Amino acid sequence: MNDPGRNAQPARPALLVGCAAGFSGDRTDAAGPVVDTLIARLASGPAGQRAFLIFETLAERTLALAQLRRRADPESGYEPLLDPMLRPVIARCLAHGIRIVSNFGAANPRAAARHIARMAREEGQPVPRIAVVEGDDLSSPAHHAALRAQLGAQMDGLRIVSANAYIGAEPIAAALDAGAQIVVCGRVADPSLTVGPALSHFGWHVDDWEKLGRATMAGHLLECGAQVCGGYFADPGYKDVPGLARVGFPIAEIDADGHCVIGKADATGGLVTAATVKEQLLYEVHDPAAYLTPDVIADIGDAQVHAVGVDRVALSGVHGHARPTHYKVNVCHEGGWLAEAEISYAGPRAEARARLAADVLRHRLDGLALRVDLIGALSIFADDAGRALAALPDTGVRDVRLRVAAAHVDRAQAERLAREVTSLYTCGPAGGGGVRTALTPRLNTLSCLLPRDAVPTRFEMMEAA
Amino acid sequence: MSTINEAMHTVALYRLAHGRTGDKGDRSNISVIAWQPALWPLLEAQVTPEAVADWFAHRAPSRVQRFLLPRLQAMNFVLDHVLDGGVNDALNLDTHGKALSFLLLDMPVEVPASLLHLLAGPPEG
Repeated sequence: MNDPGRNAQPARPALLVGCAAGFSGDRTDAAGPVVDTLIARLASGPAGQRAFLIFETLAERTLALAQLRRRADPESGYEPLLDPMLRPVIARCLAHGIRIVSNFGAANPRAAARHIARMAREEGQPVPRIAVVEGDDLSSPAHHAALRAQLGAQMDGLRIVSANAYIGAEPIAAALDAGAQIVVCGRVADPSLTVGPALSHFGWHVDDWEKLGRATMAGHLLECGAQVCGGYFADPGYKDVPGLARVGFPIAEIDADGHCVIGKADATGGLVTAATVKEQLLYEVHDPAAYLTPDVIADIGDAQVHAVGVDRVALSGVHGHARPTHYKVNVCHEGGWLAEAEISYAGPRAEARARLAADVLRHRLDGLALRVDLIGALSIFADDAGRALAALPDTGVRDVRLRVAAAHVDRAQAERLAREVTSLYTCGPAGGGGVRTALTPRLNTLSCLLPRDAVPTRFEMMEAA
Repeated sequence: MSTINEAMHTVALYRLAHGRTGDKGDRSNISVIAWQPALWPLLEAQVTPEAVADWFAHRAPSRVQRFLLPRLQAMNFVLDHVLDGGVNDALNLDTHGKALSFLLLDMPVEVPASLLHLLAGPPEG
């Protein structure tokens, strides 16, 4: 390896990281073309090239829903689509040395790992080395004192469903260093799914902030799946996307300094351009100079993007600063009930009849803070308090769906809304039809910070059962 | 830039820029990305935090911050308390506020005649 004429070792070939899911509920046929492309690149690439497949399946409320499932069944609580997402590609990944890192463990990474071991056997593969990453789950009563120290009286009377720290890439990298072929996590920060493989592959120091900052933004571009490949982008006549119905998922090539080129799976629709990359680069970012993750504070204030080929865009100019001293923690708790109901009016004076129906409901449902939408005239741009709707004169729209919504801690109070909308059939304005009602339990979220040393993280290699 | 006598035309911001909305809690971020570098100075001058706060007045933002990324010809707006509590609390159908980029992109912008040929999309009828 060492060339006596140089100080540095020759750089390792670029790391390939493909992403096959951007949220819980993403397409289950996304992984196939990504894995096929990774296999082809490994076959034609330089010696020592390595490839990873990641699935990002957690959002703010996904974990709370997973905890509720685990309460009902101790062997559940991981990503419900784990099997259809992973089964189509697990044999090819294992056969070609493509390692898999995901947060699809959700509230129960060990049960997910057992499911994957079973799946591998059923697909004719030797049981792989599967690691679980733990430490993020702070929902047990043992952690309540630490949370209360941060949240104070906000904790009083709360029925906590889940509490999770956004942990980072280090336990993922440690599991990979120990030979894991599949790493199953719960709540790790989304970009850490990419930073972990890069840390392990290149052997970076965990305080090499510039490299970690760059790899973090590569992970940020990957973590929403198709959103960097023309998904969530198309706007006919302004932003046209070829083959949107079979939009591809992304593959990043990350070099030994953390710089990346974003591309996508071969033989898929969509596109990767400077425009798609810029939109995703700023997605869910606040201060571009301080994108906070548990691994590093990434800085895209000077970032640049350049097309370097068809559907290939290079990201440069990313910097990194020392990581935060604290982890972000989300606490989900029971939040009462959400009641929603709808009824339609069409034809002459439809909007006037819908507005009259809303007035009737406001009279009948005193004590509930009612949200009113006139779908077809004004709805999702409006506000819960109704300022925008109150300021809008009748637009004369002739096909209107009236939607009302309210929340209440007491289920019986919330149920009044559905009954009142249903009774509009006989007691409301003329011609109302198509009533639909829904009552949904709500989950609310609190956030706080905990010092890193209060949240020990670890990985454990599962025993081959 | 335009001369002082040049005729100005009012067009929607989506003719100059594209963007995407993200959310965290009760905070929305909306990117505004120029289609052409030559259009960037118009965005910087006219799509100000004050103008955006006015445009979103009915959503009552408690604060509007603008971050400039001139190398990307992009700006990032961060609007606090425009999501009626955010994804778990809002009664809006779109609790994330996913659609808000298209509210911002409908904002009127003044464009000098000499730059009209750079605008995206078909001219409005």
